[in-house]
Amino acid sequence: MPPAVVLVTGVSRWLGGALAAELASDPAIDRVIGVDTVPPSPAVLRRLGRTEFVRADIRNPLIAKVIESASVDTVVHMNISSTPAGAGGRVPMKELNVIGTMQLLAACQRAPSVRRLVLKSTSAVYGASPRDPAVFTEAMQARRVPRGGFARDSLDIEGYVRSFARRRPDVAVAVLRFAHFIGPRIDSLLTEAFRLPVVPTVLGYDARLQLLHEDDALAVLVRATTGDFTGTVNVGAPGTVLLSQALRRLGRVAVPVPAPAIGSLSRLTRSAGMVDWSPEQMRLLVYGRVLDTRVLREEFGYAPRFSTSAALADYGRTLVPVVAPELVDAVVTGTTAVASRVAGHATTVGALGRSLWRPREPDAPVVPGLRAVRDV
Amino acid sequence: MPEARVIPLHPGDDEPSTPAPPPGWDAQLADVLDFLRRRMTGNYDTDEFGFDPDLTDHVVLPLLRPWFQRWFRVEAQGLENVPDVGGALVVANHSGTVPVDALMTTVALHDEHPASRRFRLLGADLVFQVPFMGAMARKMGATLACNEDAERLLRAGELVGVFPEGFKGVGKPFSERYTLQRFGRGGFVTAALRTGAPIVPCAIVGAEEIYPMLGNARIAARVLGLPYFPITPTFPLLGPLGAVPLPSKWFIAFGEPIETAAYGPGAADDPMVVFNLTDQVRETIQHSLYSLLLQRRSVFS
Repeated sequence: MPPAVVLVTGVSRWLGGALAAELASDPAIDRVIGVDTVPPSPAVLRRLGRTEFVRADIRNPLIAKVIESASVDTVVHMNISSTPAGAGGRVPMKELNVIGTMQLLAACQRAPSVRRLVLKSTSAVYGASPRDPAVFTEAMQARRVPRGGFARDSLDIEGYVRSFARRRPDVAVAVLRFAHFIGPRIDSLLTEAFRLPVVPTVLGYDARLQLLHEDDALAVLVRATTGDFTGTVNVGAPGTVLLSQALRRLGRVAVPVPAPAIGSLSRLTRSAGMVDWSPEQMRLLVYGRVLDTRVLREEFGYAPRFSTSAALADYGRTLVPVVAPELVDAVVTGTTAVASRVAGHATTVGALGRSLWRPREPDAPVVPGLRAVRDV
Repeated sequence: MPEARVIPLHPGDDEPSTPAPPPGWDAQLADVLDFLRRRMTGNYDTDEFGFDPDLTDHVVLPLLRPWFQRWFRVEAQGLENVPDVGGALVVANHSGTVPVDALMTTVALHDEHPASRRFRLLGADLVFQVPFMGAMARKMGATLACNEDAERLLRAGELVGVFPEGFKGVGKPFSERYTLQRFGRGGFVTAALRTGAPIVPCAIVGAEEIYPMLGNARIAARVLGLPYFPITPTFPLLGPLGAVPLPSKWFIAFGEPIETAAYGPGAADDPMVVFNLTDQVRETIQHSLYSLLLQRRSVFS
């Protein structure tokens, strides 16, 4: 049964706006209500269609009134900030993430109309450490529990959602643990970093990355909102790339930085307003993380359209490579051609030299068609 | 009159017996350039464990081959005991101060096994903490020694290698050479039981003598965060020259596979079955170590 009234938090950002627009274009859904603290940008606003925008802070009890008065039956919680810069500092970020979620869940608990909750979570809850198994399934937990930043917030949020699910067993709860988003339009940690012409990496480490194309992320969110999946699911594209490999494919120049210098470098990029990475996110770029997506394909019932490589290539279309693959191709083809020409000359000269300088040895007589025969 | 049957005296007589001429330097250069192009543009595949077959085949294995063929003159025995397809768990003794034995077994299984099997090693978490070593280990196909990874690889039909002695084996003093240390907690047996993969016991002789560890500088090890800091007759006395391994003669013997499928996956939760299998594997390896040592005429020939 499709939802009648959907409330989407965090609608002013790209993914939230795209989800609201997608839901609004579905005639089976009566109302789509978008909530955010900041009004959506004109570009997002144009796409939102018949979505009703409510400028509200989910940290404020006002959100309960919105849910109750519109008798919302499905809540999609996406208002989770991954970088302090987006929320105006680490303290407001934690408040928005953790207190905001608590307020929202409290409002949902009081509203009898709510029967479905979708949480946009992250694979960061698995942490990143050298003791990690290569591939995480939903049943696994972080070997080294993330202590700060976005990962810690996400762990707390998942904890609150689990306890909400215990208190309201009649509400179906879907927790989506997304891999890194990538794509031409979405803003994420990686898309930001890969736009730098020269990308700092950690010397001596090469992380395994699993990505997810923005179109697949959107499709999964729509399916989770309108479908009936309950439980936790890892959402990632099939296949992985190494960080060094991804940078080479995008034509970026990697600059390996020794691990002790990374901290001061990230402070520098943060103050320059370029890339804002927490230590937890740096750990991810050191050790990498891969998700098992069997549940996504078999139980959730979605196969991503883009593999990790295809998603990366689609994102790469929007970048101007520093090291152009065409240039590398041209250099290789040119050198190979020159080498074979030189080799051709060298063989001719060599053969000439041999025929001039060395007396020809008489070849063994070759009699055609004769072979050893044994009578049976 | 029926014609006499023609029987070639040498099979394959019809084909020219001369091997294909080695590719000219220009073809080799073209291969190298093509490899460099793939590396520059990232146009190669890696798997979810970080295994990079392109790099392994074109850089790592060619670098290891001279050591395998000339320096240690490794003789691989019983390769027929390693299945051509499907998952199997190779369990070997660990020795040599530096885990060269793992690298040589990788070369043996790739170059001398008829199916050119990839050896997917399981390494301690310390390996993946250390810069360069961890990244390189993953690119060569290694992953963390934990049940999740071992079972995932075995289910995918990979040939998995494990050294249950761990640092206890590789960092043991020279006086204890060829005596197996304790075999962990039997985690490798539970991985094999859960996936029904056969266990192939493997005995490696020769690796003990490459860096005879006479002493262990405990303070240096603690400062550097290492499990041990070796003192050999040449290291650290001769500096970097002391890091050249002694050219001992190696044997790598693969024993008959021990089937685990008959126990059923439930047996992984039966500690008695796990202990017995662990002991059986350990005994088998210890016995083949002794018989290989009897075969060996001297350490260096």
